[in-house]
Amino acid sequence: MARVVILGGGVSGHTAATFLAKWLGRDHEVVVVTPNAKWNWIPSNIWVGVGGMSKEEVIFELAPVYEKAGVDYRQAKAISIHPEGSSDESKQFVTIEYTGQGKEGNSEKLTYDYLVNATGPKLNFGATEGLGPDAGHTVSVCTADHAVHANEKLDELIAQMKAGEEKKILIGTGHGMCTCQGAAFEYTFNVDHKLREEGVRDKATITYISNEYELGDFGVGGMHIKLGGYVTSGKVFAESLYTERNVKWIKRAHVNKVEKDRVHYETLDGSKHEEEYDFSMLIPPFAGAGIKAYDKAGEDITSKIFNPGGFMFVDADYSKGAKPFEEWDAADWPSTLQNPTYKNMYAVGIAFAPPHLISKPMKSPNGTPINPTPPRTGMPSAMMGKAVAQSLKDIILSNATEPTHTANMSEMGAACVASAGKGIFSGSAVAMTMYPVIPNYKKYEYGRDLNGTFGEIGLAGHWVKHFLHFAFLWKAKLKPFWTIIPE
Amino acid sequence: MKIKPYSQNAYTPVPSAFTKFRRNCVIWQFFRFIVINIKMTVLILKSHH
Repeated sequence: MARVVILGGGVSGHTAATFLAKWLGRDHEVVVVTPNAKWNWIPSNIWVGVGGMSKEEVIFELAPVYEKAGVDYRQAKAISIHPEGSSDESKQFVTIEYTGQGKEGNSEKLTYDYLVNATGPKLNFGATEGLGPDAGHTVSVCTADHAVHANEKLDELIAQMKAGEEKKILIGTGHGMCTCQGAAFEYTFNVDHKLREEGVRDKATITYISNEYELGDFGVGGMHIKLGGYVTSGKVFAESLYTERNVKWIKRAHVNKVEKDRVHYETLDGSKHEEEYDFSMLIPPFAGAGIKAYDKAGEDITSKIFNPGGFMFVDADYSKGAKPFEEWDAADWPSTLQNPTYKNMYAVGIAFAPPHLISKPMKSPNGTPINPTPPRTGMPSAMMGKAVAQSLKDIILSNATEPTHTANMSEMGAACVASAGKGIFSGSAVAMTMYPVIPNYKKYEYGRDLNGTFGEIGLAGHWVKHFLHFAFLWKAKLKPFWTIIPE
Repeated sequence: MKIKPYSQNAYTPVPSAFTKFRRNCVIWQFFRFIVINIKMTVLILKSHH
């Protein structure tokens, strides 16, 4: 009997766990360690943040789903990995600390044969002074609870605007090294849509602030699409929408301090500025989960397993990270997601260490890095979870000696539907696909296949996004025919 | 909206009235819904290895 321990129950971890449980059956153990009691379909948090959905519509209890699937569920957080065992435990193990199930605070050693690190991001609000809803002044839509809080604050603001007050709204990225610009983009236009529905749009100035070099970069170096007889940069497409919706934008910005009524930021040219606000939603940068690693003698080997950001090394070419952007190659990106030192460990989704950025690295004259970090959420994240599950199935059941499946972001596409307002007949969304995620300028003139890369805005995009909300929750709850819904 | 000369938004394309109509026309958007789903399905099929 083999035991697979999966750290994290988000999109990639949940995908890996549920497929492994199905394929391995009851002869093997699949254990999920996640500090959360509930699963959250994060893309729909945007709608919770504007009151278009309730929190209950975007979450569900994990325990009954894992019980049905035959997954051993531990509501706990991973503290350390011991890939060689220890002086008193011959087998490799992780230490976990319970956050629920009536064992809060209890620690436990959990041995494993295979380990999948799918811990997702730590929301690093602490990277910018005054950022975030807990110890700062801005709201967030990164969790369902954050989104509920954001909606409450937005409702207060709308009430003040209805009373005749004019307000400044600032939405975007709260640090120069943020990823997930898509969430800020979506929230900007959902707030705009909500204010129009409430009849107070003329009372608000909406400003989008971003660490992107140009709008539409999204941490993937932007993209080109065929549009109106031209091959057009996504920048043009994005700026058009901001103009149409009367949203001002600030780009190439590193927010370094947030006060209760203003943010301080530096731009790529080294100049420093302030922007006042009455309501602000700023995305935090992401960090790894902060898991430590120790060898058999108890020596700290964290730096051998994780990069300084806390993301796990896999089969990427990390030597390229120190080289100039022009020397980067699609082949630098990992395929099997297997740790090079301990072959029974894998990392998927945000948890794996990318070899380098996707967007070109930029620094201000003051030495401040201002560039988006690589997104590895959503569809690519789920595909990584499934590919690792397929490899482990073949290793465990068919005695394969190497991973049999790959999920390389330079060979996979991504579909993204960015909401610009909710409503069956009044909504809209930008539906985008890009192929591949990592630009390959050796193979494609514009870095990507223009036949697989497109974007359009309209009501149909909203229908797709709303349909995906139900489809992915159906799949995550393992309801009938869940396996035929693609990642 | 008003475009202010020499401002940030003075240099971007904006959709015409017909483009805005198409974006919200249920019949046209139903057709686009099918097209978007086909494009995404093709992308997914190309991406699994």
